[in-house]
Amino acid sequence: MSVTAEPAARRESPDVAPAFTDTEKAIINRLQYGLPLTPSPYRDVAEELGISEQTLLDTLKALLANRTLTRFGPMFHAGEMGGGLTLAAMRIPEQDFDRVTEQVNSFAEVAHNYRREHELNMWFVLATETPEGIAETIGRIEALTGYPVYNMPKEQEFHVNLHFEV
Amino acid sequence: MSTSTLKSEQARFTDQDRELILATQEGLPLVSDPWGELGRQLGMPADEVLSRFQHMQETGVIRRVAAVPDHYKLGYRYNGMTVWDVSDDAISTMGQQVGDLPFVSHCYRRPRHLPYWSFNLFAMVHGTSREEVEHKAAQIRELLGDTCSGHTILYSSAILKKTGLRLRKQADKP
Repeated sequence: MSVTAEPAARRESPDVAPAFTDTEKAIINRLQYGLPLTPSPYRDVAEELGISEQTLLDTLKALLANRTLTRFGPMFHAGEMGGGLTLAAMRIPEQDFDRVTEQVNSFAEVAHNYRREHELNMWFVLATETPEGIAETIGRIEALTGYPVYNMPKEQEFHVNLHFEV
Repeated sequence: MSTSTLKSEQARFTDQDRELILATQEGLPLVSDPWGELGRQLGMPADEVLSRFQHMQETGVIRRVAAVPDHYKLGYRYNGMTVWDVSDDAISTMGQQVGDLPFVSHCYRRPRHLPYWSFNLFAMVHGTSREEVEHKAAQIRELLGDTCSGHTILYSSAILKKTGLRLRKQADKP
């Protein structure tokens, strides 16, 4: 088994859930389900939560600024845009991990990249504008890093429902 | 893969949609009238912007317009990618059952890479402790029964990058 070493990037420390205000919790929980596509969407959500639109917008900005939320906006379905999407993994020796992280992250096609505790220790999502772009990008990553990339595209989707209650 | 569905959708994915996506991939404007704000940037009427978004959501080009949390910051520190070696003749049925479990956030069938990787079913499980993730994995194990000949849990120990899916601008293409 692999040994957990110092990660190359960010690692969050608190073992307990951080303290959020009731307003923050309500906004985090509600907005993960999606903004209604109405003429005044923020006002509608604010009304639903019993807060002012300004409080909603200010809190949302603060949650984005302190990185509690990594993003607020349209969540694209790359496949539906005619593009390519896949999950890929690499096996990177510890001494090269930082270098390869930097190299892999430098690709705009890399949407998420996670370090995982396994022999295959780097796992990332690739999104490209065309289906053919996947193989081409994998080729460039292999050439740049000098390590093989294991391509694991989804063959069947059973469920996608990501929601974190606070 | 969704290659069959996207051909029909692709035709309906217009240049305007593309512009809207490029304009919002950093995020939707945080102002009272986000559609009007985007319309001003792109020279499009606000109601046209809104109806393009509604259409993209209906056709599945966008799943939704939503907040994406850093789950570590919400206290969900243990993000276990549970992976299972399920017999090929059972995977469609079992994958659906695993995907239906309330605590499974994503569930996919993916290819094996023998001899290095024998797992063909991926189910993402999140928890506030490792025990919680393991307890949930044990429930999956029980459900799979003898259709499963091996499994493991890959925990994430760091987010190395999280930008979400992005389109590149035409000019950025190599």
